[in-house]
Amino acid sequence: MELGQMQGRLAEYTRSLYMEGILDAQFLQLQQLQDESNPDFVVEVVSLFFEDSEKLLNDIARALDQQSVDFKRVDAHVHQLKGSSASVGAQRVKDACVAFRNCCEEQNVEGCLRCLQQVKQEHYLVKNKLETLFRLEQQIVAAGGSVPMAEMTF
Amino acid sequence: MENGFSSPRSESFPAGLRVLVVDDDPTWLKILEKMLKKCAYEVTTCGLAREALNLLRERKDGYDIVISDVNMPDMDGFKLLEHVGLEMDLPVIMMSVDGETSRVMKGVQHGACDYLLKPIRMKELRNIWQHVFRKKIHEIRDIDHHESFEGIRLSINGSEFSDDCIMFSGEDLTSFKKRKDFQNKYDERDYGDHSSTKKHRVVWSVDLHQKFVKAVNQIGFDKVGPKKILDLMNVPWLTRENVASHLQKYRLYLIRLQKENDLKASFGGIKHSDVPSKDTSGGFGLQSSIHTNQNDVANDRDQFSGSNFYGQDLDAKNNEGDQEEIVSEPRPDSKKPLTADVPDPQDTRSSQMSFDHSSASLGSDVNYTEFDCSIPKQYPWSECPEVQSKQEHKLLLQLEGGFSQQPPGVPQHYIEIDQLQSGRDTSSPIKNEPVLVEYKSHHESHISPKETAIDNFSVQSKSLIAYHQSFEPSSTAIKSMKPQAVDLSCITDLESCQRNLISPSDLTFPPFNEDLTVCWLQGDFLNKNFGLPNMEFADYSDPGFIADIPVHLYDTLTSDYECPYDPTEYPIVDQGLFIL
Repeated sequence: MELGQMQGRLAEYTRSLYMEGILDAQFLQLQQLQDESNPDFVVEVVSLFFEDSEKLLNDIARALDQQSVDFKRVDAHVHQLKGSSASVGAQRVKDACVAFRNCCEEQNVEGCLRCLQQVKQEHYLVKNKLETLFRLEQQIVAAGGSVPMAEMTF
Repeated sequence: MENGFSSPRSESFPAGLRVLVVDDDPTWLKILEKMLKKCAYEVTTCGLAREALNLLRERKDGYDIVISDVNMPDMDGFKLLEHVGLEMDLPVIMMSVDGETSRVMKGVQHGACDYLLKPIRMKELRNIWQHVFRKKIHEIRDIDHHESFEGIRLSINGSEFSDDCIMFSGEDLTSFKKRKDFQNKYDERDYGDHSSTKKHRVVWSVDLHQKFVKAVNQIGFDKVGPKKILDLMNVPWLTRENVASHLQKYRLYLIRLQKENDLKASFGGIKHSDVPSKDTSGGFGLQSSIHTNQNDVANDRDQFSGSNFYGQDLDAKNNEGDQEEIVSEPRPDSKKPLTADVPDPQDTRSSQMSFDHSSASLGSDVNYTEFDCSIPKQYPWSECPEVQSKQEHKLLLQLEGGFSQQPPGVPQHYIEIDQLQSGRDTSSPIKNEPVLVEYKSHHESHISPKETAIDNFSVQSKSLIAYHQSFEPSSTAIKSMKPQAVDLSCITDLESCQRNLISPSDLTFPPFNEDLTVCWLQGDFLNKNFGLPNMEFADYSDPGFIADIPVHLYDTLTSDYECPYDPTEYPIVDQGLFIL
């Protein structure tokens, strides 16, 4: 595939992610923050996010697995995850966290488990999508091209 | 990180602003760092609040502004905020993904100069320098109370910010040279560069703050003033202005603390962790007086008076003079047992005098003298034992229960006297009523014989009369330990009592003076304070203190009492408060 095509594909792909609400404007902000002094900024931040969020998800799962569930603790973790996902623009994950916090308020273990599932799903989804995105970018750079500065064209 | 004094200023402000970012989320930390760097700021990141505090303490004056997340595992963001404000006096910006009004409110209350919602935009970060600048201006103004401000103003207003710290250029501001802390800053820091005439902000280290607090306590909260504190502290490089602005902050801090002490049933004095004596607490506005150690009845004075006019009022000696003062000056030795505060019943305090004056016509049936002796010295207000006794009368009468007369048209809020008598624990059901009267049995004994004499006074049947709009003067048997409530109530009671006394047969109780704004009773205070249980009425038996208050109240009422709180806010206050 030639460079132009790859770049086209990337643009298209990125746009779809925004359209589907998987990513929001924050991600764009991150991309705009990236510059020559920090060419891998976005990748680094996103990696940090996944590292942190995976831990959080495990903590939540463990907390819900207790005999007597400490909902405050669960809520605290979810709140953290919400903040983190907001940082990278993982909109759907963030929304799932909001729903999750409601379940925590209701102190319903079943509901919480369901919410956790939802969050995990969204988390997995955005992870895959971003990995694809980065791969595309890498291909472009490898092919000698540059990744165009993201624009919100929609 | 920060390169020392000169570096940030060598570039054009606000570039080079030294920012400390605190956030437990590594992702956010990285993003913020990047964003701040894009603004040409000097960034230091920190994942833990405690670590942040250490950094700040290590490098005093090493940062210009702190940005912190609200939710952090090791320390509440608000706590950090307070610490930074008190110790380092740096502007702090809070951040959170949670933008609920209550949270934002809390942030502001704790002293945050801004509250940002995540995700944060670049444009928001670009302007954070304004907080730094604003603070500088205010500091300069503080310093320049006595000095000419013109030069600074001109330079600030006129000049471009591209100049080196305009306001900091010492040459322009002679005042800087006068600032002793300037030199000291140099000493504290190992800076070889002394060319900078930058104004060094005083960093209030823990030690320094301790000295400050000690001085404040010594002087007495309500008597406190920057000059006095400065003298006591004996820190050569510190200036009056430094102390003044720190004092202001301290007051706010205490106020905040107080508000948080919902637990304290009583008015809750200001909890000064640093302030051992209640006295000082009294100094801090009303709250302080209220929050002062409830445990220490002796401190009642502080408690009551605190900022309330009360404090002053209570002090027979002072009351005349302190009428206006909101911040009462608790006696430095607030720790004195109540008795100490309460003048010997036999004493005739000025307050009594005032009372006497006012009630000259009273000549009531009440046999005041009788009570004198009986009045235990427990009253925190310990003023005018005589007056107290008079009040006592009334109070006693009321407490005794079975007082049937109710002044017409006087809504009464009764507080179960039973409670009072049984223990001092009045569960103060009355939120806004400072009902604090605990009536000791000994009073009762006194009362009985006098009862007849007091017939004329309307008495509340066994109820503490909570203050409320109208109060029955008689019912104000106030042993209220709650300084706050007591204060008001006492006063109101006193007044009402006085009025009543004047026309015993005519039990009309004029609404308590509106002047008596039990401002402090209002709102938080009231709610919190009315927890009688908190009050430790150790020496309850002394009705004397109650009397004090009324007297003072009387005086204050007649004079223009300045209530720190907007009277309109406190509906209850209007009528005065009964302190039972």
